[in-house]
Amino acid sequence: MSPTLAVEAEGLVKTFGAQRAVDELDLRVEAGTVYGVLGPNGAGKTTTIRMLATLLRPDGGVGRVFGHDVVAEPQVVRQLIGVTGQYASVDETLSALENLRVFARLLGYSGAAARRRADELLEEFALSDAARKPLKNFSGGMRRRLDLAASLLAQPPLIFLDEPTTGLDPRTRTQMWETIRRLVADGSTVVLTTQYLDEADQLADRIAVIDRGRVVAEGTSDELKASVGTASLQLDVPEAERIEAAVAVVERVLGASAVATAHGGGSTRITAPLADADTVTDLLIALRAEGIRLAQFSVAKPSLDEVFLAITGHRAESDDESAEASDTPKEKVA
Amino acid sequence: MSAVSPASSALAPENRPLKNHVGPLATARQSLIMAWRGLIKVRRTPEQLFDVTLQPIVFTLMFTYIFGGAIAGDVGSYLPMFIPGIAVQTVLTASVVTGVQLREDMDKGVFDRFRSLPIARSAPLAGALIADLVRYLIASVLTFVMGVLIGYRPEGGLLGMIGAILLMMGVAWAISWIFAFFGVIGRSASAVQGVSFLILFPLTFLSNIFVPVDTMPGWLQAFVNINPVSYLVTAARDLANTGGAGIEVLWAIVGALVVVLVFAPLTVRAYMRRT
Repeated sequence: MSPTLAVEAEGLVKTFGAQRAVDELDLRVEAGTVYGVLGPNGAGKTTTIRMLATLLRPDGGVGRVFGHDVVAEPQVVRQLIGVTGQYASVDETLSALENLRVFARLLGYSGAAARRRADELLEEFALSDAARKPLKNFSGGMRRRLDLAASLLAQPPLIFLDEPTTGLDPRTRTQMWETIRRLVADGSTVVLTTQYLDEADQLADRIAVIDRGRVVAEGTSDELKASVGTASLQLDVPEAERIEAAVAVVERVLGASAVATAHGGGSTRITAPLADADTVTDLLIALRAEGIRLAQFSVAKPSLDEVFLAITGHRAESDDESAEASDTPKEKVA
Repeated sequence: MSAVSPASSALAPENRPLKNHVGPLATARQSLIMAWRGLIKVRRTPEQLFDVTLQPIVFTLMFTYIFGGAIAGDVGSYLPMFIPGIAVQTVLTASVVTGVQLREDMDKGVFDRFRSLPIARSAPLAGALIADLVRYLIASVLTFVMGVLIGYRPEGGLLGMIGAILLMMGVAWAISWIFAFFGVIGRSASAVQGVSFLILFPLTFLSNIFVPVDTMPGWLQAFVNINPVSYLVTAARDLANTGGAGIEVLWAIVGALVVVLVFAPLTVRAYMRRT
C-alpha cells in the first residue's frame, strides 16, 4: 500500500510573460513528513507554493493536496492548509490579538471560542505580553511567529512555510526551527522553502533542489550531500618559507592532495578535502611537531552554492535583481 | 495536548467535513466579520476619518458664504437648497475613498491570508463596502449639523433629515461599487484616486447641487437633468425640506439598484480574477 500523499504535483507550469517561472515541476510529499524545497531566489519556489496553496492558478499540470485538486476544489484545499508567506500576511494596523480573532472568526469560531483560541496561540508563541500592542512595533521575528500562529488557527494537517527564516537573526531562526520541529512532532505535514542548505538539512526529511522552475535533484539530505562531496579544510600559513612543508604534512595526514594559494595579508591558504573529521586532530598535532604556525584554521561545509555547482553546473544566484531574470545566461564555472 | 497540535485524529483530512462552496448565510457572516475588521482599523487609525469630518465642516461653511448671496439673495434662503446638495456631494466624495482604500488593502500581505482561508471570495470586498457605511453616516450627519448650526431649519424636521441621510447612505453605498471596481482593476492607489475623481467631479458639479438648473445654458441643462446625482439631490431636498417623498426618491433608489446590479457582479468577478 502506498503512503498517503499530502502534496502531489505533476508537470506544474506557471508563466509570467515570456518567462516560465515554474516549468513542468513534479513533487510528491508524504503525509507526516517535512519536505524542503531548496533553491535560490527566483528559482520558482514561492510560485510553486502559491499554486499549491490556491493563491495562484497554474497554467498547466496538476496539483493535489490530500488528493484534492487545487483548481477544481480550491475551497476544500483551503480547509486543509495553513500558509505562512515570505512576507507576514497579517494586518499591520491591528494588534496581534485582533488579527488572530478576525482570522479565527472567519474560520467559523464563535466570538468566545475565537478569543480562547487566539489567547492559546499567543501564549504558545510567546506573544501574550505584546498581544494588544500595534504590530508596527513588532520585530521581524514576532511578526513571523504571529503569521505562523495565524496559519495554525484551524489546525491544518498541511502547513506551507515559504522561507520562514529569511531575514531573521540567528537566535530567532533557531527559535523558528524549534517551533517547526514541534509541529512535525504533533503529526502535521510541513512543506518549507528555503535558500539555506543548513536549514533544509536541519529540518527536512526529504529535499527537492529546484532551479529555473524545475526539480534538479531530490532525495534525503545525506543523499544530496553525497552528490556535493566532502567538506573542505582551510589553513592559513603566515610564514612563506614553511608552505611546502605544511602542504606535505597535510597531504600525508589527510591522504589527499592539497592546494596552496596566495591569500591576503602575505599569508598562504592551503585547501584540502576533509573526508574524516577525526583526522583534524592528527593534522594539528603533526603541524605542531613540525613547528608550523597557523594564522587561521577552518572547515567549510558544502554551501548551497556548491550544491548548485555540483548538481546544475552553474552558480546559484542570490541577489534579488538577477533572480527575476533567470532566463539570462548564468556564470559558467569550469 | 499542546495548543499547536494540528493533527489530532479528529482533524485528519479524511475526518473533516469538507465542502467546496460557501453558502449565502456563511458569506453574509464572513462579510460582517470583515466589516468588523474595517471598523477596528478605523478605530486604530482615526486619521482615516479626516475627509468625512473636516470636509463637511469646511465645504459647508465655505460654499454657503461664497455662493449664498449671489445665488439666493442671502445666506438664509440658500440653505434649504444647498445643505441637502452639499451633503450628497460630501457623501459621494467619501465613497471614492472606498476604492482607493480597497486598492491599498489588496496590495498588503494580509489579503494573501484572506485568499488562503476557506471563506467566500467576495467577503473581503463586501466587508470593506459595509464598513464604509459608517463613513457616509458621519459625513452626512455632520453636514446637516453644520447646516442647522448656521441657521438651516428644514420643515421636514429631524425625521425628514434622517430620511435624507438614509437615502444618501444607500445611494453612496451603491455608487461605491463603481469605485470599488476601479479599485480592484486599478494598478495603484493613486491611479484609482485619479480616475475616480475624474468621474466624480463632473457628476457632482454638473448637477443641481450648487445652482438652480434654469440658470444654465440649454445643452448643459439637458445633461444636468438626466444626471442621476440631480435626482438624488432633489429627493434629499424633498425629504429634508418637506418631509415628503417625491417620485425622485423612487428614481434615486431604482438608480442605486441598477448600479449595484451592474457593478457588484463586475467588481466581484474582476476581484476574483485578480486574486
